[in-house]
Amino acid sequence: MIINHPLLGPRDASEFTYLGDASLIDRPDWQSETAQDEFHDYVYLRDNPAGTHRELWFHEQGDRSWLVVTRNTLTHEILATELARDVARKMGRGK
Amino acid sequence: MRYSALAILRQVLNGHRGWGPAWRDPEPQSDYDFIVIGGGGHGLATAYYLAKEHGAARIAVLEKGWIGGGNVGRNTTIIRANYLLDGNQPFYELSLKLWENLEQDLNYNAMVSQRGILNLCHTDSQRDAYRRRGNAMMFTDSGAELLDAEGVRAMYPFLNFDNARFPILGGLLHRRGGTARHDGVAWGYARAADQRGVDIIQNCEVTGFRIENGKVLGVETTRGYIGAKKVGVAVAGSSGRVMGQAGMRLPIESHVLQAFVSEGLKPVLDGVITYGAGHFYISQSDKGGLVFGGDIDGYNTYAQRGNLPVVEDVVEGGMAVMPMIGRTRLLRMWGGVMDMSMDGSPFIDHTGIEGLYFNGGWCYGGFKATPASGFCFAHLMATDRPHEVATGYRLDRFKTGRMIDERGAGAQPNLH
Repeated sequence: MIINHPLLGPRDASEFTYLGDASLIDRPDWQSETAQDEFHDYVYLRDNPAGTHRELWFHEQGDRSWLVVTRNTLTHEILATELARDVARKMGRGK
Repeated sequence: MRYSALAILRQVLNGHRGWGPAWRDPEPQSDYDFIVIGGGGHGLATAYYLAKEHGAARIAVLEKGWIGGGNVGRNTTIIRANYLLDGNQPFYELSLKLWENLEQDLNYNAMVSQRGILNLCHTDSQRDAYRRRGNAMMFTDSGAELLDAEGVRAMYPFLNFDNARFPILGGLLHRRGGTARHDGVAWGYARAADQRGVDIIQNCEVTGFRIENGKVLGVETTRGYIGAKKVGVAVAGSSGRVMGQAGMRLPIESHVLQAFVSEGLKPVLDGVITYGAGHFYISQSDKGGLVFGGDIDGYNTYAQRGNLPVVEDVVEGGMAVMPMIGRTRLLRMWGGVMDMSMDGSPFIDHTGIEGLYFNGGWCYGGFKATPASGFCFAHLMATDRPHEVATGYRLDRFKTGRMIDERGAGAQPNLH
């Protein structure tokens, strides 16, 4: 698979390490009343779709950036790549 | 028809014109007592033991494709009981005991061959860990022997003992482990279940569940609605998809594991060897092909094929421990979709929806578990209580802190 890095251009997937579902960016509030249940769901449960899936890839052998890659899990086709930082900011995380 | 030497002789005399189909091809009835979704090894074994051990009647197995076309036909056929933890080892020992009597029980040649499994070790700490594992295995009478380097050399002189990074110091030998013919297992269970009245319905994909007031009433399929008192799901690889139809999220990601077969060779390797340091395992099939594999590809996928980086990685691992395989040609490779669970251990449990049961999360160890998985799942479905060797395989174990973390890799499925 070739991952089209937003800053560095096309890179072989073997340069990257996979973390999992991009929902991991959206960490629950640890001070919420139901934090225990929310963290259980956050850490352990997955949608695991057959089709379009947003996921986190770490460019470990490159610039060490985190990417959000949108990929089809049935065909391995990569539909979009974004910096995880930009995705997190759009969600209101960080500065 | 019962298979025997006499039956073969009779067929030889009449030109093999008398063999009938191994199982019927029935139309689905309007309702059943038990429906098992998934006609793989685990689903067929579940239906078989429901009929045999619990005297259940009116059982159907629903398979979206054909028998033997899923994960049971896409693995490396190894059977073993060399686990460490309490939640696992007694379960896999039960499985091995069932394997040992499987062919007589099913009246089917599944080519079960206890050729022995050798786990190589390369460091002092790994040897200590294997000594401990061997002791744990002996608690369940699975049998384990710790070999030194000379002991390994006497068995397999062709291994690379002097690898600079991972010299072979010895190994843990599990003589009762071995291989079985994967298709034969599926066909044997299908035939034996059919003979006990189980309806095996192929080309019948489940497209939804009918659930009212927290109770399952039946399933929607491509061949119409089928009612059921109890529904068991055993569709490893597709668990996320099927249980999603019942509104459940699971502690599972689907990943692909690739496996490889070389061209047919004369007998060279009579057992199974695992090379943990390089993530590689290998055996030789009765037809002569070297069957081997390594790591999963490590990202979510439902495509039953992998990618090249892992092919290179596996082949490098193989060359490192067994240099002579560099002289053989790779005949074919394939990928199977694995339910990778969050602690690397499976689930056999109620779902919280009355009458709906779940069996999955086998990671890449489902084949060896086939008999015990079916046995314990049938026990759960028939009695509503978990079998005593499968009490740890609960869906809520992450909530209650009772993970069975055999590998100690934590909650990241692609590391198991």
